[in-house]
Amino acid sequence: MINKKVPGVIEALEGVSDNMTLILGGFGLSGIPENSIAQLVKLNIKGLTCISNNAGIDDFGLGLLLQQKQIDKMISSYVGENDEFERQMLSGELEVELIPQGTLAERCRAAQAGFPAFYTPAGYGTEVAEGKEVREFYGKMHVLEYAFNADFGFVKAWKGDTAGNLIFKGTARNFNPNICGAAKITVAEVEELVPAGELDPNQIHIPGIFVQRIFQGVLYEKRIEQRTVRQRN
Amino acid sequence: MLDKNGIAKRIAKEVKNGYYVNLGIGIPTLVANFVRDDIEVEFQSENGVLGMGPFPFEGEEDPDIINAGKQTITTLPGASFFDSAMSFSMIRGKHVDLTILGAMEVAENGDIANWKIPGKMVKGMGGAMDLVASAENIIVAMMHTNRVGASKLLKRCTLPLTGVGCVKKIVTNLAVIEVTPEGFKLLERAPGVSVEQIEDATEGKLIVEGKVPEMVL
Repeated sequence: MINKKVPGVIEALEGVSDNMTLILGGFGLSGIPENSIAQLVKLNIKGLTCISNNAGIDDFGLGLLLQQKQIDKMISSYVGENDEFERQMLSGELEVELIPQGTLAERCRAAQAGFPAFYTPAGYGTEVAEGKEVREFYGKMHVLEYAFNADFGFVKAWKGDTAGNLIFKGTARNFNPNICGAAKITVAEVEELVPAGELDPNQIHIPGIFVQRIFQGVLYEKRIEQRTVRQRN
Repeated sequence: MLDKNGIAKRIAKEVKNGYYVNLGIGIPTLVANFVRDDIEVEFQSENGVLGMGPFPFEGEEDPDIINAGKQTITTLPGASFFDSAMSFSMIRGKHVDLTILGAMEVAENGDIANWKIPGKMVKGMGGAMDLVASAENIIVAMMHTNRVGASKLLKRCTLPLTGVGCVKKIVTNLAVIEVTPEGFKLLERAPGVSVEQIEDATEGKLIVEGKVPEMVL
């Protein structure tokens, strides 16, 4: 067993510095690496390029980094529900590249899988395709998109073991598995870290080879953005 | 004239037995409430769930189980969770049978705009561009005109596009319309709505052939 366990978030984020490119998991506030984000805020690292489907809300998730103006550029598919983000974007303080959600996922997966680029039909004929190579396959136009090239990937899993193997829960899975191995160093935080051998190898979603550092996360808030319920009757 | 639930009710009739369906945010979400219960359908949400169920009972919300609108949901027997790349493999790979989404504008050539109003609203496209670029069966659910009464069925879209030549069918508060190479073809009128009213509310080319039936809801 190759041990990937680090004592905590401080060791997990060693080497993160100004002007780096980071990829972060999560959809909305579900499955975001809360501990790593909190530590990025603490370290007050600046000039970051952050790749993440969303940008959190004003007072949680990546919104916390935006408040401290730590992010220079955001690559996302959807950035609603965040007033500070909108303000920084419209004022030009923050550079924003909006890309289709499936393209974002696949650019992570391509980096993980060793593909430099791929063609997708998404965005053809729209401003997303401006300046990009296009090509026809089977009578349909496609856009060339490139794998991400990032320094650190931060993911959150439900369970993990000291070998770095990960299991996700529900829709908190989202982009997290695609980000593992997509950056030079992947940092995984988990709700429950167990010794290697305790997780059933049949149930592993992401093998530890894609993870460089794993730590036991603490104090998960798991905020709900849109609490919707139905009445019992 | 239909309200939002009426539009959803009419679209629900397009959902067939055995379909995997992706519902967008807004009116499309309401479609799930009107699908016949004697057919088997599974709803996909692009954040990573197939087999979505209704909202949870109070106290049973799980922050780890949400839909693409970030609402808490439940799952039904047979449901599955998966990562985002796999989710869009289902979509781009044409494994999802029907996509229902809202729009700000649709053009008579099938172009759709629904993600950006320059200088005003810039929230992002989410999964909409992947969905419209890949799905073979796309139905747009929207009001026929916007808040100031201007037509949303245009000769050409004026807003930044989400996809080109992709919309096949539109269901509005006034009509059911098919997008054909010749233009918008009027298939059905909403209850109590005349052909003239629909013509007045449609800026793009509207094709009216023979007597246009009223919708059966």
